[in-house]
Amino acid sequence: MKNSEIVKISGLVKKFPMAGGFFTALDKIDLTFGEGEFAGFVGPSGSGKTTMLNIIGSLDTPSEGNAIVLDNDINQLSSHKAALLRRKHLGFIFQTYNLLPVYTVFENVEFPLLLLRMSASQRKKAVLDALEWVGLSDKVKSRPAQLSGGECQRVAIARAMVKKPLLVLADEPTANLDSDNSHHILKTMEKLNKDLLTTFIFATHDDKVIRYLRRKISLRDGKVTADEIVKN
Amino acid sequence: MMLSIKLAYRNLVGAGLRTWLNVFVLSFVYVLIIWHYGVIDGWNYQAKKDMREWEVGNGQYWQQNYDPYDYFTLEESHAIIPESFNIGITGGNIAPVLINQGSVYPDGRIKSMILKGIDPDQKVIALPTAALKAESEEMPVIMGRRMAKSCKLKEGDVTTIRWRDVNGTFDAKEVEVVDIFDCDVPNVDAGQIWLSIEDLREMMQAPGEATLLILGEESEIKEDIPGWEYKDLDFLMSEMDEMIKIKRIGGGFLYLVLIILAMLAIFDTQVLSIFRRQKEIGTYIAMGMTRNQVVSLFTVEGAMHAILAVIVGAVYGIPFFLWQMKVGFSMPAGTDDMGLAIAETIFPVYGIGLILVTVLLVLIITTIVSYMPARKISKMNPTEAIKGKIQ
Ligand SMILES: Nc1ncnc2c1ncn2[C@@H]1O[C@H](COP(=O)(O)OP(=O)(O)OP(=O)(O)O)[C@@H](O)[C@H]1O
Ligand SMILES: [Mg+2]
Repeated sequence: MKNSEIVKISGLVKKFPMAGGFFTALDKIDLTFGEGEFAGFVGPSGSGKTTMLNIIGSLDTPSEGNAIVLDNDINQLSSHKAALLRRKHLGFIFQTYNLLPVYTVFENVEFPLLLLRMSASQRKKAVLDALEWVGLSDKVKSRPAQLSGGECQRVAIARAMVKKPLLVLADEPTANLDSDNSHHILKTMEKLNKDLLTTFIFATHDDKVIRYLRRKISLRDGKVTADEIVKN
Repeated sequence: MMLSIKLAYRNLVGAGLRTWLNVFVLSFVYVLIIWHYGVIDGWNYQAKKDMREWEVGNGQYWQQNYDPYDYFTLEESHAIIPESFNIGITGGNIAPVLINQGSVYPDGRIKSMILKGIDPDQKVIALPTAALKAESEEMPVIMGRRMAKSCKLKEGDVTTIRWRDVNGTFDAKEVEVVDIFDCDVPNVDAGQIWLSIEDLREMMQAPGEATLLILGEESEIKEDIPGWEYKDLDFLMSEMDEMIKIKRIGGGFLYLVLIILAMLAIFDTQVLSIFRRQKEIGTYIAMGMTRNQVVSLFTVEGAMHAILAVIVGAVYGIPFFLWQMKVGFSMPAGTDDMGLAIAETIFPVYGIGLILVTVLLVLIITTIVSYMPARKISKMNPTEAIKGKIQ
């Protein structure tokens, strides 16, 4: 692998079993992502964006072809190894935030660090830093139910970023947000991408997100129809 | 494991009311089981103590023909007391008892019963035999509350007793009830009248004879003596021990029902939370928890109910147990007629062993019951779980 190559996808096919055969959600995809990219899969509903992110995130496996993520062949990975890969190097941001409702903001952001068995003092520092990045230092003790949608998504970003992962996968992160909040969290991610050199891969059909992307990969019916570098 | 415990604790405390409901149910199970067995054990302890103090002493010698289950052999079951016992008897360490069959005529009805003669000065058993020394026109006798009740006799009443003398002919005599004693040992109460052993010897024309000898604490003779068989405490208490065993099994049934109920509550909570918390489970996996870690988290969560229940149970259980030990537990009226040795007030006895076994048992079963549904997690598809789709 070249040093800057984070993800390398070749000949990737994903089929789902269906009544009377298979449904091909992704069809012969070849792609690479380098370090520090701010890229996104763009396309209509059902085009395969989420499926793509799930495979890159080692939550799912290809039916054919390869996906190499940070030197790990997703096909060959045991479920334990995949968990370790996610734990150490991947961050996820979901459309529905997926915060743990009974935890405070602090505890939610702390969670990935607990899995990494960091010491309490290291955890505290990292969590407070991450909350500062997303501008939520004053909400440390709040619970998700007490936050607005935008604040929840910012907590989710802090949670994804707190361990400074090499790659963050964000699936429709703005779908539940109004435009002010969308811009706010995108600016936050853009800044983190520049400051920490974290690679971001989005899945979206939201124009507000698309405007921030520096690389736009268009998907349609499981095929890449365009892969453009956008200058902005 | 430490991580599971930490996270499980956060989840449980965060879940609030549902957790505390389960914890309370479980703590109630602990307290009830421990209290119930405490009462049984307290009851057993008291019954055995009473039986030793009132009836069996520290062992007994039986005349070789004596069979407490066969009243018709009583006539041949007495003999002259061997000399080797004399020191013990004069020293107050052995109490000879002479037994014969007889009948009593309260209100003109005939009622058969057992006559037991004992030395009024004996100190070996707790029976208030000193009352037999009362100055009375008629021959003084004493009896227990149960016997007095069934014969409708009161203290001071005079009644007629009949017995068969050596020639097999019936004799009769007026006796006065000089004392009615309260005792929880039916074997010295129901169906029997106590009188002075010398009076009974005279009535039976059996001077110097006895049916059995009750040994006191200091008595040292333990071997059989020709014509007399030594009966140790194990033998004399065997019926009681048998009864205790049966009662404990009966108690175990209650134990089982309670545990099953509590486990259903835990099982239900676990199944429900694994179903409702799919999205959370998917999130855990996305953040890098292994499936085993998630299964272990949910198992610990379930098992932790049992641990919190120990704490909650201790908070109200310990004062309750201590209070019960002090004031005792009054048995409901009516249990008297079961013919068992039942004190009116039981002072529960709580063994450390009982408490440990109960806590451990509930903990182990809770863990198993929590693990069973949690296993399902490892079969979940994480991409579906993250979306929180219902499977
Ligand atoms: N587990 C599955 N079983 C069967 N079909 C599936 C499964 N997951 C996805 N699909 C199908 O694969 C196709 C791509 O799904 P995917 O979720 O990747 O689309 P998407 O681009 O993320 O759409 P959206 O914008 O609506 O989120 C869809 O037609 C979907 O029905
Ligand atoms: Mg999608």
